[in-house]
Amino acid sequence: MKFASLLLAAAMLCCGSARALEAGEAAPALEVPGVKAPISLAALKGKVVYVDFWASWCAPCKQSFPWMNEMQAKYGDRGFQIVAVNVDTKREDADKFLAEVPAKFTIGYDAKGDSPKRFQIKGMPSSVLVGPDGKVIKVHAGFRPDERKAQEEAIVAALAQLK
Amino acid sequence: MKLHLLLAGLVASAGLTGCGSLPQAWEKGNLARPEMTMGGDALEQRYQQHIYTSKEGASGGYGVGGGGCGCN
Repeated sequence: MKFASLLLAAAMLCCGSARALEAGEAAPALEVPGVKAPISLAALKGKVVYVDFWASWCAPCKQSFPWMNEMQAKYGDRGFQIVAVNVDTKREDADKFLAEVPAKFTIGYDAKGDSPKRFQIKGMPSSVLVGPDGKVIKVHAGFRPDERKAQEEAIVAALAQLK
Repeated sequence: MKLHLLLAGLVASAGLTGCGSLPQAWEKGNLARPEMTMGGDALEQRYQQHIYTSKEGASGGYGVGGGGCGCN
């Protein structure tokens, strides 16, 4: 009996990180330093927020930036905000990336990786669409050209809720 | 009693070594560096592969593409 419970405890230790963030759950807190001022997800309540996790070494992240610029420009005035959290351990790497691929949306920095841990990120890049009520609408890992349409549709659907 | 302690230790250590050290998705910066690839220089690898396929008289079987149809 004792052995079984020990095994269970070990299994739980192992699988603790295997849990994934799901739609409908309240989004975890996000408090990270930004370019000028600190960024807080709670402060963006009432907006549809697209939280993206990216790194300079991640090739699909580079492809995702022009698309995110486009989305921010297209839907920004309707209450849409992209917050892209960089998870590079060195800030210089992130700055080099941003010099190459400019971002016209909010950038956050989390070198320690606390926020991706809280958001239970499984791949790079990962995005979490958070509704105006602070609840997760959609979690997505990776960035492929054929998935852009579905991602945009999810944003449009979330923005429709806003009015 | 001793057996229990041993088992507890075993289970605990299995949990620690098996999963605790796995890099998370956002911790793979060093693994993504070019020097971490299995092969070396890309051009050199291409030459080697070319010589190898010429000698073998067949290509493919080492990746996704190329099924030995002779079309690549």
